[in-house]
Amino acid sequence: MNLETILFYLLSLMTLFSAGKVITSRNPVHAALYLVLAFFSTAGIWMLLEAEFLALTLVLVYVGAVMVLFLFVVMMLDINFEQLRQGFWRWFPFAAVLGAILAVEMIEVLGNAQLPAATAQAAPHAANYSNTKELGRLIYTDYVYVFELAAVLLLVAMVAAIALTLRHRQGTKKQDQSEQVRVRRNDRVRLVKIAASGKVAATEIKQG
Amino acid sequence: MLNLTLSHYLILSGLMFSVSVVGIFLNRKNLIVLLMAIELMLLSVNTNFIAFSHYLNDTAGQIFVFFILTVAAAEAAIGLAILIVLFRNLRTIDMDELDSLKG
Repeated sequence: MNLETILFYLLSLMTLFSAGKVITSRNPVHAALYLVLAFFSTAGIWMLLEAEFLALTLVLVYVGAVMVLFLFVVMMLDINFEQLRQGFWRWFPFAAVLGAILAVEMIEVLGNAQLPAATAQAAPHAANYSNTKELGRLIYTDYVYVFELAAVLLLVAMVAAIALTLRHRQGTKKQDQSEQVRVRRNDRVRLVKIAASGKVAATEIKQG
Repeated sequence: MLNLTLSHYLILSGLMFSVSVVGIFLNRKNLIVLLMAIELMLLSVNTNFIAFSHYLNDTAGQIFVFFILTVAAAEAAIGLAILIVLFRNLRTIDMDELDSLKG
């Protein structure tokens, strides 16, 4: 039993434990924090698989950005979480049976799978191999259009998220400069004809 | 059992996937935990991709994970934005209350 195996089992246990706590925690803040732990231990597993760049990306992007977003949202909303847990135990037996079937099936199939012989042993890398460099080379050559597409997707997502949550508050006093510049004489000045002499006014009254 | 093979990683991600499926069943009222369970599912799928990429010695799998991470981040941002709009309008995030399309 070498160090790698020990690390794998340790990190797997941590991942599965924290995944279990994510779905059973009473408080969503705890669930979010356990999800952070799950991300950290999965990043460790990815390190074991020599995907260093992605492991670091997972920690930076997911733990640093997405989970903070989750925590902000959970803390911003004033929600009665106890009420949302109704039906938790009613569905528990069904969910447990279903999950157990799913897990047993997957272990049975994947544990005894006739995987291609090439996958039996990972090929060792050269001493100066850099995972980040290799990924960068691929992204900026073979996958450059997909990369651009991903950038556009992130822009669209950002615009969509802002547009969804933007709220125009009613009743705030503010200047609209473009409207002020665009204004014409007719919009503001109204000429009213007023009779100058009393005689004309008298005839008008008579007519009225 | 003691020598790490591809199956170890595949089984681990299979177990993670099952846990998140159970989570979706258990927390069917709480939209936030549902989103977290979906994140867990994506994580297990990514682990699969990386395990295959490592054992087949093909970096393309890691590129896929890179793009899945991008899409998942966008999905989480928009999902949470929708959740906030929902809470503003209904004052709840209970999935059972979201039945206005039922007719």
